[in-house]
Amino acid sequence: MAAGTTWEAMTKATAQEIAGDEFSTVVATHRPQIFRFLLSSTRDVDLAETLTQECFLKAHRNWASFRGESSAMTWLMRIAINLQKDHWRNRRLQFWRHTQTNAVELDEASEWLPSGESSAEQQLLARERVGQVWQAVEGLSERQRTVFLLRYVEEMELSEIARTTGLNEGTVKAHLSRAVGRVRTHLGGKR
Amino acid sequence: MSLQSEAENRIDEEIVTDAVLEAALKSFRLSVHAWSEAAYQGPRAALALHPRRSWRLAAGWALGLTLLAGSVSGGVYETHHRQELAKTAAARAAEQQRQASEERARQEEELLAKVDSDVARAVPSAMEPLAQLMAEDESR
Repeated sequence: MAAGTTWEAMTKATAQEIAGDEFSTVVATHRPQIFRFLLSSTRDVDLAETLTQECFLKAHRNWASFRGESSAMTWLMRIAINLQKDHWRNRRLQFWRHTQTNAVELDEASEWLPSGESSAEQQLLARERVGQVWQAVEGLSERQRTVFLLRYVEEMELSEIARTTGLNEGTVKAHLSRAVGRVRTHLGGKR
Repeated sequence: MSLQSEAENRIDEEIVTDAVLEAALKSFRLSVHAWSEAAYQGPRAALALHPRRSWRLAAGWALGLTLLAGSVSGGVYETHHRQELAKTAAARAAEQQRQASEERARQEEELLAKVDSDVARAVPSAMEPLAQLMAEDESR
């Protein structure tokens, strides 16, 4: 009996250790992507950092209940989307409170350019285009924005986006189509 | 093929055929990746890459402090000025009071002198010869 209890305790400790190691690997692997998604959703470095930490804290608390039915990335992204939603909902409800935000201006967000653009003219054009896409993203609904960012920033497959957002694939495509249409309109105005 | 699936397939096709849209989406993705990478490596340092924000903050603080210092020094100056005015007014009033009391004292002195001279003339002028005679008799 005593030997059984010791064995059980050892097994539990080992399982926890393995789970801890696994979770550390998950954090190291997916943290940059979660942060990037939250940064593109909020345009606020500090807020993105805070929400990323909250996301992994929540994931750690529920790690034992993660059954592996979806990929860890899908599961983490779903937590991140919910945290982001909660954040904006709280902001809307608490509009009478101090609502200072550190979100950078659209122009500032467009300053980050891919280094592949060779000439100054190409860089200017790329910056202008990135700014126009940011403007279009700003005008999207929350759901359209999430789907758009998951598709064109995180390069997720539509089926994966559907699993992450809990929407069916058709709805995801419909949102994506509207979002792309809006981006095209913004780009069309300046062509 | 249903209308919905036709619309679904159109998204990717349109993006591929629209070179500007494709390039814009690519630039956008790379831009977000570059920003995120820089911010992830050091969130504070990434913020420091945008000096405008800190410049605005510093300018805001400077303006605020200047306004505060201005209003404080204005208040101090105003209080000091009022105190000076009150002191001058008090000195002027004291001087006026002193002059008035001096004038009053002088008038009182003049009045007393007049009374003395009036009192000193004890015998009417018409009776003066008789009084003289009486004085002579007494001396004898």
